[in-house]
Amino acid sequence: MRWLGTTVAAVVGTAVLSLSAGCGMGSGSHTELVVYNAQHEELVSAMLKGFAKETGIDVTLRNGSDSELANQIVQEGSASPADVFLTENSPGMTLVSDKGLFAPLDQDTMTQVPPQFVSSKKDWIGFAARSTVLAYDTRSVQKAQLPKSIMDMADPEWKGQVGIAPSGADFQAIVSAVVAVEGTSKAQAWLKGLESNAKIYRNNVAIMSAVNAGEIKTGIIYHYYWYQDQAESGANSKNVQLEFFGHQDAGAFLSTSGAGVLKSSKHADDAQRLVNYLTGKQGQQALVDSNALEYPVGNGIAANPKLKPLSELDPPKVDIGSLDGPQVVSMMQQAGLL
Amino acid sequence: MVAVTAAPADSAAPPAGRSRGPRPPALLVLAATAVALLTLLPLGFVAYEAVQTGWAEASRLIFRQRTADLLWNTVRLTVGSVALSLALGVGAAWLVERSDLPGRRAWTVLLVAPLAVPSFVNAFGWISIAPGLDGYTGAVTITTLSYFPLVFLPAMAALRGLDPGLEESAYSLGLGRRATFFRVVLPQLRPALLGGALLVSLHLLSEFGALALLRYPTFTTAIYDQFQSSFNSSAATMLAGVLVLLCLALLLADLGLRGRSRYARIGGGAPRPVARAPLGPAVWPVLAGLTTLVVLALGVPIGSIVRWLLAGSSTGIDTHRLLQATGTSLSLGAVAAGVTVLLAIPAAWLAVRHRGRVSVLLERSTYVSSALPGIVVALALVTISIRAARPLYQTAPLLIAGYAILFIPRAVVTARAALAQAPPVLDSVARSLGEGTIGTLRRVTLPLITPGLGAGAALVFLAVVTELTATLLLAPLGTRTLATEFWNQSNSLAYGAAAPYAALLVALSAPATYLLTRQARRATV
Repeated sequence: MRWLGTTVAAVVGTAVLSLSAGCGMGSGSHTELVVYNAQHEELVSAMLKGFAKETGIDVTLRNGSDSELANQIVQEGSASPADVFLTENSPGMTLVSDKGLFAPLDQDTMTQVPPQFVSSKKDWIGFAARSTVLAYDTRSVQKAQLPKSIMDMADPEWKGQVGIAPSGADFQAIVSAVVAVEGTSKAQAWLKGLESNAKIYRNNVAIMSAVNAGEIKTGIIYHYYWYQDQAESGANSKNVQLEFFGHQDAGAFLSTSGAGVLKSSKHADDAQRLVNYLTGKQGQQALVDSNALEYPVGNGIAANPKLKPLSELDPPKVDIGSLDGPQVVSMMQQAGLL
Repeated sequence: MVAVTAAPADSAAPPAGRSRGPRPPALLVLAATAVALLTLLPLGFVAYEAVQTGWAEASRLIFRQRTADLLWNTVRLTVGSVALSLALGVGAAWLVERSDLPGRRAWTVLLVAPLAVPSFVNAFGWISIAPGLDGYTGAVTITTLSYFPLVFLPAMAALRGLDPGLEESAYSLGLGRRATFFRVVLPQLRPALLGGALLVSLHLLSEFGALALLRYPTFTTAIYDQFQSSFNSSAATMLAGVLVLLCLALLLADLGLRGRSRYARIGGGAPRPVARAPLGPAVWPVLAGLTTLVVLALGVPIGSIVRWLLAGSSTGIDTHRLLQATGTSLSLGAVAAGVTVLLAIPAAWLAVRHRGRVSVLLERSTYVSSALPGIVVALALVTISIRAARPLYQTAPLLIAGYAILFIPRAVVTARAALAQAPPVLDSVARSLGEGTIGTLRRVTLPLITPGLGAGAALVFLAVVTELTATLLLAPLGTRTLATEFWNQSNSLAYGAAAPYAALLVALSAPATYLLTRQARRATV
């Protein structure tokens, strides 16, 4: 015991000295771009691989969730270390945009995607899209029995049979679409119904795996989780099929992953280049070639042929800049989902 | 895991209020006060926020169905898991200490060993092979399997220190074995059991990883969800406030329940060796039961990790990432251990060498953080640094400060014990022999206390290495530790990729378990 204690004391002493000598962890050098990233890290790394090679600019990712990082940027204000902000869904972008913290996008960048993927303030841009789907257990549910609208999931017949991940930004974005399409009071009633119907999971993968295991009949997720699993082993999805609601139902919501440059960035030009790259030919093609299986949004870039074509999705027309995250969180708190 | 260390008994110290030794140096008092303020920071933050939020908003956020659900979940989990832990812990301790169970030494080790499996790794082991084991059943089962050693250890130590003469007197007065156990032995175990139950409850109140994996919402997971949905909103802080009140209520309840009964006697005497109860034919079911317990608590998680390691190695392990995370965890652990021990010294020094009202107060205040869940400390530090100390925000020093607040009780306890073993009279002797202040410190005091401080540092180090909740919120840009990497992988159900991290976390926790066992053994002497 005595020798152990002495050894530990010696090791710790050395470590403290080396720290005070200036070896701070993660303080980062000044020639790097700091990206607050709420998108899947693997996808963003794949999309930016060529960027680092082409420009020699290093990128440090700070990973988190949409609302967490968006709120963080808002609190940090002009002192934020972030140069670029990437989200999975648009409400996070709207939150930062509403506070006026984004710089205007380069004109050239905005021409790379269809106009519906650029915010009306022209301060952030979509770089990927994902469709809301209902995953269902093919062993216990026939396609004909499926609801026609996501609003039906609040009906008593689905009690205990629908999985959601309410703490995730994905589900919160879907709720914001329901609010935009159906109005606040209908959306609030729908949330109340879900609160009694739904089984709560941490994320989309967990929902899909529970549907696959027969724990629940259906679950509300995004499309690519199923396609990814099918492309790999199908271990979590072999009993699962996807229902696309279509018909401009709130449940056919196509969510946009956004990219924006912070006004406070000290490397504004490099940050603009990064967003340009992400939405340009190379970045978008890297998305298609990756195993992310999200939809590209760039002009003239075709999605992975395995996916249901974007043109067949028939999503509701929702202004990507109008989705209100804080309102959704407060509505979900009221419904007891958060 | 959260630092939970019971305050040491004061039996050896003179009554508080009567000063011992010379007046404490002002510098030392100042340092100890600064440290005490640091450790009280999260508590102050929660109180300040509650006042700032205002009654209307606070009551809207607190008095709603969701809070009631979380409270109900938290309470029934605590009651269920504590009751089961007490039953398992006391039963196993009695078997090991008071029966003729074969292989008692081996059983002792096997029954403490589950502590080496962090609870979130245990949950991962179970849920990855039995996905249906979630909700209340899963949460009670898995937290009990993770935490019953926290009752087993003190119960074993108390039984060992118990003079069998008391039981023999009971027998001679006509009580049977069963009656003796319930009327004589169990009451004597009361302080140990209360301590164990308090530890288990505090662990449960701050448990995050395991409960999130098991889909069992409690305050900790709900605070984390709020944080993810809206960062450090008042919704998160209000839930944190309720959680802190629960923790403090537990501490008070423990003080109240301890009561004023006396258990100590003057001098240990020379007790006769215990006459062990013969198990007879019951030995077989008992052995089967203990084997099942060890398989469930240790075999399943470790077997599951091995299984996923084998399955994962086919798809390839990202060695570079693994090594990087290991390096980060080890260096964070080492630095945090050093800092925490340094911070612990002033309070411990005052408590041992200059005992008085102020010293006791300063020392005790460092124990408060043992009741604070990691998520509350992290939330407090995030908000305070963003609002008032921006340059510290998202830096390693802030993360280290978080660790120090969480784990300082461990360091204070060991530093106190170490200082107690270096009586001031030795300093006086050195001085009288012509050694100066620095020389005395270097040649007499330091050599005497270094091993003890080192043991404290080791405890803090190992706690930091397996810390998850606070690290998730406080880790600086690009910093990935073993625990956060494990968390990210297991969250996306990439069990094969999570397994190497789980294995390393268990390997690193093993020495902590050894140290805890040593401490518990020594405490009985």
